[in-house]
Amino acid sequence: MQTAESRPFWEWPLKILVTIILIPKKFLDWAMNSEAFLGYLFILPSLIGFIAFFAYPAVRSVYISTLEWNLLTPAKHVGDDNYQFIYHDERFREALKTTVYYVLYNIPLQTLLALMIAVMMDKVHNSSFLRGIFVLPWLLPNVVVALLWLWMMDPSLGIINQALKQVGIGEQGFLGDPDQVIQSLAAINIWRHAGYTSILVFAGLKTIPKGLYEAAAIDGAGEIQKFLRITIPLLRPVLSFVLVTSVIGSFQVFDTIAITTEGGPAGSSRVILYYIYEQVFERRIHMGTASAASVVLFLILFTVTAIQMTFLRAGKSDLAEYS
Amino acid sequence: MFNKKGFKLLLIVVLVALTFSAVMTTRAQDSVTVKYVLWDTNQLPAYQACADAFTAANPSIKIEIEQLGWDDYWTAITTGFISGDAPDVFTDHLAKYPEFVVLEQLVDLQPFVERDEVATDIYYPGLADLWTKDGARYGLPKDWDTVAIVYNKALVEAAGIDPATLNDLTWNPEDGGTFEQVIAQLTIDANGNNGLSPDFDKENVVQYGFTPGGMGGGYGQTEWSWLAVANGFTFNNGTWGDEYYYDDPALASTIQWMADLWLEKGYSPNLAEQQGLGRSALFQAGNIGFVVDGSWMIGTYVASDFEVGFARLPAGPNGRKSMFNGLADSIWVGSKHIEESWQWVKFLGSADCQTIVGQSGVVFPAIPDAATLSLQVRADAGVDVSAFVDQANEEGGTFLFPITDWGGEISTIMTETMDSIGLGEADAASALKDANDEVNSLFQ
Repeated sequence: MQTAESRPFWEWPLKILVTIILIPKKFLDWAMNSEAFLGYLFILPSLIGFIAFFAYPAVRSVYISTLEWNLLTPAKHVGDDNYQFIYHDERFREALKTTVYYVLYNIPLQTLLALMIAVMMDKVHNSSFLRGIFVLPWLLPNVVVALLWLWMMDPSLGIINQALKQVGIGEQGFLGDPDQVIQSLAAINIWRHAGYTSILVFAGLKTIPKGLYEAAAIDGAGEIQKFLRITIPLLRPVLSFVLVTSVIGSFQVFDTIAITTEGGPAGSSRVILYYIYEQVFERRIHMGTASAASVVLFLILFTVTAIQMTFLRAGKSDLAEYS
Repeated sequence: MFNKKGFKLLLIVVLVALTFSAVMTTRAQDSVTVKYVLWDTNQLPAYQACADAFTAANPSIKIEIEQLGWDDYWTAITTGFISGDAPDVFTDHLAKYPEFVVLEQLVDLQPFVERDEVATDIYYPGLADLWTKDGARYGLPKDWDTVAIVYNKALVEAAGIDPATLNDLTWNPEDGGTFEQVIAQLTIDANGNNGLSPDFDKENVVQYGFTPGGMGGGYGQTEWSWLAVANGFTFNNGTWGDEYYYDDPALASTIQWMADLWLEKGYSPNLAEQQGLGRSALFQAGNIGFVVDGSWMIGTYVASDFEVGFARLPAGPNGRKSMFNGLADSIWVGSKHIEESWQWVKFLGSADCQTIVGQSGVVFPAIPDAATLSLQVRADAGVDVSAFVDQANEEGGTFLFPITDWGGEISTIMTETMDSIGLGEADAASALKDANDEVNSLFQ
């Protein structure tokens, strides 16, 4: 009886109240000490953007690819009709081929050029002024770059052909010639991206310890050997980053083409993205086929990237063993 | 001391101010803004003047005009339909509006026309009817256009051709008639020989006689329609038709004659050169004898660095034919101010606005009197553009733009096909047959 009386009636409610108040505090204590939680907190703003503007639309486009829908009148479920359509569409196959050619013209040359520029900056001369000039084309908006080259490459009035005529090579069709259009577009892209890529590679070169080269020199290695045996292997993480991002970027080329050739002449520069655009904006708003083509492009990019990551062992650096 | 009188005065002032501002706010809320878009920069000043006149007469309706280049224009309108912020009123094109009708995006103006008893017979004959289907009306005509020859006066005279004779050229797809002779005469190689000379070197041409300035896709308004129809070609089985005749040999022979100008004869820059910066830029570079272009381009050509003249189209086996195309103003079905938009469209289609447009001399308004005004403005400036008007007034001198569904698809298919002919990758007869099958399969 004594004990029961000594407990005031409000003791239990108070205890509950205190517990409730302490829950957020305990949670906060845990949160502040949990690195994982803090990490997620930091990426939350990007995560919201990623989900709202990338993940959700991507998933939704998979759904739309099973519809026949013009966005204005009610949609109709058509199963895999859209995939059947693009599979049998000659223009889609051509677009795939054109895109692959574009990537093949673009990537090796761009990467090689970037590597050369970076090595030259490392060995010969390097100033922030020079680096500024190299990234300048990359800072220009794509539309401006495309218009600039459209004028310069114009077959009859462009400055490039004027120069070629002076040296006796003669007029070239460039963007107007179906046999040159993809190479011309790749050239524009290389001009725009090689400098920027070289800065990335240059940063990679700076992480290679100088001691390695000295040791190699003492062992009697020449410049070429040093480049092939030290520089290239140790640049692998940077090079694979550059390759993966620029391959994805090349597969997604669009604005340069929309400004210069609109997929022409005679469909010779209709890349996948232009095909998708055409389905919606030039034909009768075929959201279904456009989405189906997008899904196919996603699968292609996913496969290509996975292969690249595996072969380049992008996640590992040989420098880890050195230090 | 507290001044009672002064306080009262202050109170009155405040009350009056509040009442006044309240009135102002109500008035501001009553005013409606109608958004209007067009694609031609040259016409912007004239339509801004129309908008000012309209708002002066209807203070509660403000017009906000936006100009977008042709290439972005239709993308922006389509996107606007979907996202719900398309302009209330927009300049519409015959190649595009059937698709918008099918997608149910245009307001039927017929009930408004009947309610307000708007006369639709004040326009050039046939213009208003282009915008009707099954009793519904989707636009009020604003202007019309035809095509004619634009020549470089100095080059024509240097070749020893009297510019007046350009009005009487004949053409046929076999030997090109006098039309092709003039083209050859105006084409000069590096050694100074013209295209008629046996020594003419087609690999080294410094001056070209003529260029269509592109392959013209499925309609070829300024590129080949005036030749093909003069050769007996008809696009399809009539307005709102469901069958195209792109496989007609009359079209194939026309297109092949045109492509051979550069593929075989060296009288025109090749297709790559034509497509770069476009016909007017190529012509204004000063080494092309003449081109054929539309009346809406008059202002651009007159502004060339050299003197230009305009002449009638050549006459083909079937006569002298120009496409008669017209623009109209349409109202978007999603507009929140359809009544106010209609008031604006009605004004755009009225003599009041079209007179203002006619005075600018930039285009030919749909109302004949206003069009005459435009002709006069040009004549006063010393430019004779009667070639365009005479073509429109001539009995049987025009044919209508082919209005059918599936405009976007047809354009995509035909642009690719025509380009392949112009590049010499395919011959006209077989390529056009395949394309025609694809086009007609759309209607099934």
